Amino acid sequence: MVNTLPALVIIVPLLAALMVAAAGFIDKRACFPVAVAALSVSFLGAAALLVQVVNTGLAIEYRFAGWAAPMGIVYVIDHLSALVLVVITAVSLVNLVSSKQTIHREFADKEGAFISLYVLFTAGLIGMTATGDAFNLYVLLEIASLSGYALIGLGKARAPLATLNYLFLGTIGATFYLLGVGYLYIATGSLNMADLAAILPGMKDSGIVLFAFIIMLSGLFVKMALFPVHGWLPGAYSQSSSAAAGLIAPLTTKVTVYIMVRICLNLFSVDYTFHQLNVSDFLVWVAIATIVFGSLSALAQTDYKKMLTYIIIAEVGYMVGGFFLGNRMGMSGAILHIVNDAVMTLCLFMAAGIFLWKTGSEERGDLKGLFGSMPFTMAGFVLAGLSIIGVPPTCGFFSKWYLVSGGIAAGQYAFVAALLFSSLVNAVLFFRLFEISYFEPFIDHHHGSDDGGGHGGAGAVIQEAPMAMLVPFLFVSIMLLVLGIYSGRIVTNIIHFAIPAGVI
Amino acid sequence: MTMETVLSVKPFLAVLVSLVVIPFIVVSRNQNLRESWTFIAGTIKFLLVLSMLPLVLKGKVIEYTVVQIFPDLGIAFRVDAFGMLFALVASSLWIVTSIYSLGYMRSLDEHSQTRYYSFFAVALSATIGVAFSANLLTLYLFYEMLSLATYPLVTHHQDRSARTSGRKYLFYILGGSIGLALPAMLITYHFTGTLDFAAHGVMAGHINSGLALVLSLMFLFGFAKVGIMPMHSWLPAAMVAPTPVSALLHAVAVVKVGAFSVVRVFTGIVGVDTLATFHINGIICAIASITVVVASLIALSQDELKRRLAFSTIGQLSYIVLGIGLLSASGMTGGMLHIAMHAFGKITLFFCAGAIFCATGIKNISQMKGIGRQMPITMTAFLIGSLSVVGLPPGGGFISKWYLVMGTIESGQMLLLLVLLGSSFLNAAYFFPVFYNAFFLSDPEMTFENRVEEAPIWCVVPLTITAGISMVLFFYPQPFLNLAKLAVQSINGG
Amino acid sequence: MDFLTVLISRANYWAYIILMMVGLYAMIAKNNLVKKIVGMSIFQTAVILFYVSIGAKQGATIPILRHGPVPEGGGIAHAALRHGTDAVQAVNYINPLPHVLMLTAIVVGVATLGVALALAIKVYKEYGTLEENEINQRLRRG
Repeated sequence: MVNTLPALVIIVPLLAALMVAAAGFIDKRACFPVAVAALSVSFLGAAALLVQVVNTGLAIEYRFAGWAAPMGIVYVIDHLSALVLVVITAVSLVNLVSSKQTIHREFADKEGAFISLYVLFTAGLIGMTATGDAFNLYVLLEIASLSGYALIGLGKARAPLATLNYLFLGTIGATFYLLGVGYLYIATGSLNMADLAAILPGMKDSGIVLFAFIIMLSGLFVKMALFPVHGWLPGAYSQSSSAAAGLIAPLTTKVTVYIMVRICLNLFSVDYTFHQLNVSDFLVWVAIATIVFGSLSALAQTDYKKMLTYIIIAEVGYMVGGFFLGNRMGMSGAILHIVNDAVMTLCLFMAAGIFLWKTGSEERGDLKGLFGSMPFTMAGFVLAGLSIIGVPPTCGFFSKWYLVSGGIAAGQYAFVAALLFSSLVNAVLFFRLFEISYFEPFIDHHHGSDDGGGHGGAGAVIQEAPMAMLVPFLFVSIMLLVLGIYSGRIVTNIIHFAIPAGVI
Repeated sequence: MTMETVLSVKPFLAVLVSLVVIPFIVVSRNQNLRESWTFIAGTIKFLLVLSMLPLVLKGKVIEYTVVQIFPDLGIAFRVDAFGMLFALVASSLWIVTSIYSLGYMRSLDEHSQTRYYSFFAVALSATIGVAFSANLLTLYLFYEMLSLATYPLVTHHQDRSARTSGRKYLFYILGGSIGLALPAMLITYHFTGTLDFAAHGVMAGHINSGLALVLSLMFLFGFAKVGIMPMHSWLPAAMVAPTPVSALLHAVAVVKVGAFSVVRVFTGIVGVDTLATFHINGIICAIASITVVVASLIALSQDELKRRLAFSTIGQLSYIVLGIGLLSASGMTGGMLHIAMHAFGKITLFFCAGAIFCATGIKNISQMKGIGRQMPITMTAFLIGSLSVVGLPPGGGFISKWYLVMGTIESGQMLLLLVLLGSSFLNAAYFFPVFYNAFFLSDPEMTFENRVEEAPIWCVVPLTITAGISMVLFFYPQPFLNLAKLAVQSINGG
Repeated sequence: MDFLTVLISRANYWAYIILMMVGLYAMIAKNNLVKKIVGMSIFQTAVILFYVSIGAKQGATIPILRHGPVPEGGGIAHAALRHGTDAVQAVNYINPLPHVLMLTAIVVGVATLGVALALAIKVYKEYGTLEENEINQRLRRG
């Protein structure tokens, strides 16, 4: 029997995007349920695929219209892509559920359009992850990117300008990737990744292949905002609406890192990437620069959402650096961090969304007194902050565990130092926010009256965010702990099989 | 070395019990109800710890794995003699401190008491977690949990000085643990492939002398809670906290967790053999001695009582490290025993400082002229506490210092013997003026009326209890002494 | 291979590289947002031209089979049978795949252009200008 799940996972949201757009004209109230239903189906499908892959240990191939590779387009669900699919669909679904009210408030008349783009973006990312065809990947990349531009462009007043910058750089990145695919096609006459992987080892000395590798990776680096081509990210993400930021910030860079991993491991092969070429050391240094730059820039921000965007850049450095360490520990850490960082970033941006909802500001000074008025939200936010800092048993600690171990095993102590430096900077960043919301507004006298004390810290009237936002948020923040506890198992049962056996 | 192990969920329950009551503490509308939850949890915790004591005294080890995170490493508990010693100290003192908190917090009408009791409970869970850790990962987890749980306690007043102190506290504690201890742990794991505490350590044969030295120092400074100079200055800063916090956390739980972690790592990870063969112990002793002497000298110049006590703590903690650095059986016994003895002595002193503040609002020693007339019970307890910390009979501290001195003689370290004796003299020099001021000034110099007016009963009872225990421990140190001896035996391979 | 040979034999490459650089230059250096968008289009078109050019072959024709004078009967196989000597030779046809791919890429390009222009309109509505330096001035003041 043909396993149709891989097709279902992408086609359901793709069709739903159209339906939502249509529903936007008929009855706006239908948009949200349709989108949630479609993403739920997609998520369940992805989860089922992951279970199947883990249980059988075999990749699932789906041929579109029955055409076999290398002629037709196939979707390949293996350990790696199944894992990332689950992350994408879960993040997208949870964020959508929690954003119902913000979407309604911010896009009253464009609700249909926004949700339609939201689902389309997710479909694009799902396709990018699942496809086994290099050119199909480009198309889906652009579907995701274009809907992403539109989503961000619908944000605040300055969003269109920031988005335009993002669009220019994003187009350069995507076009570079397309160019790389063109050169690969010249060299091999194939676009199917598995087919390419079989052909390429025979022509590892070819200059065309080398150029394809370099230009494809360069394009992806632009897309994932690696230093020094990161400039578009902070502006675009910080200007976007809460709902869009909660979707795009956790997923875009992470999926691009996944594409990089996919291309390096399964297209060009470990042997080519790490032994034939001498680029991995250089790229680790680029990653170190990214980490240091991202951390330091985050320190300079007074706007907490902008601060988070620079943290994303630093985290991209974690993953790229970890991957190019070239050993199993480092790669496991990088792939695990795709999962963990997606959840952490989601949690942080959901918190930012709640703060914006309640305070109407993104200045960190306006967080004051929140420990008193929103204790549950702050508890979740503290958990997310601790995870970014890397405190056990949150998931951030365990990805750092693998990454640092990988750095030690590879003898890359500069990378280890950069990771620790970034952890410490993150501690400063988050405790600065915690301090503001915990201490301010200051009280003059030491001893307020007992629990009724009227200052921000204690006894203040609790005014939590609406349940529809709070519950998903707390769910995600608890997931940080759950993922942390299961980190080891995710690595041994899933990620272990995603990394070719040759890597030790 | 084979040691009989018993599987039991008790250690996990002992850790969990104070976490479980937090929701009850939070939802309690009534103060008395809220505090009774604290007492219930404290009592259960103490009884759980106590119930494991007989097995441990028989030389058995209790193990429990909570969750296996990596194939060969997880969150796991293992109760041995040393862990039991520390857990006994911490869990028994929690109950006493809770009584004291009751008096102190209510008499000063502090705000946010619910938050206070909740984080107190978290801190206690973390402390017991550290005591019962079976491997370095678990220890690190609870160590960090303790760091973070104590932050809201240290900054309880939520004013500017609390913020400044809180920053300093985090800077040293988190900076040390993330910047030094974490990489040291990962490097150790990389080279040895295990983080389980073993009787002879895990480094032998895997790590060369240079790296072993670097790692040992990274652990020593990274576990900044032990307050080895120059990682000590968070401790005096943290004295802005309410006194019960200072008492339990900065004389007992937090600093002793630091000392415990360092001792655990030196004996269970680095290994005493490695310390000896690579001559790392000499360097550790030197660093500890410097801290002992310098901290005692600084303590002399402090006028604020709590700050003087804080510097005294810094010095006393280094005795523990020094004891391990001696590597002789008596030295290590003394070091471990000092964790218990110093705890009871120092907590008495902090309780006294808090009681004085509650009753009179005075913080500085120079203002305490003749206070013995107004608060005779408190100041008598203070005397007993300081005798114990200085190491004079009839204070329990005498026993641990005795073993430390024996240890220096056993290992022929005459210079360290001098350090020990000299610093004891300094200890006496910074405590007795307090006592002299309180009782023996001529009438005109006294600023207090000859009228007994003690702090609230809930403050006075705990400090008499701890002072009493301090004295009892001089005559009957067996429970802790036996545990310490057992621990040293297992380290030296039976 | 001397320089001149490379220059001539890879003329299509040079053409696309020059076009790409023109586009890139406009995207980076131009002050007007619409000019930047035009640059972006040129940039994308360069790659499209590159793809189209690699499918081309000297003396080959478009890959549509001519069945000669026998009109009836469908299918390539029949045609090949009927004209045994005249069987389909791949050499005689250009490779259609890159061209097909570019149909998609052109669509993507158009879509990108559409989104970019829409954003430019929103920028214009917000700031009343499309000159970047003027917008920046306004941002600094505001």
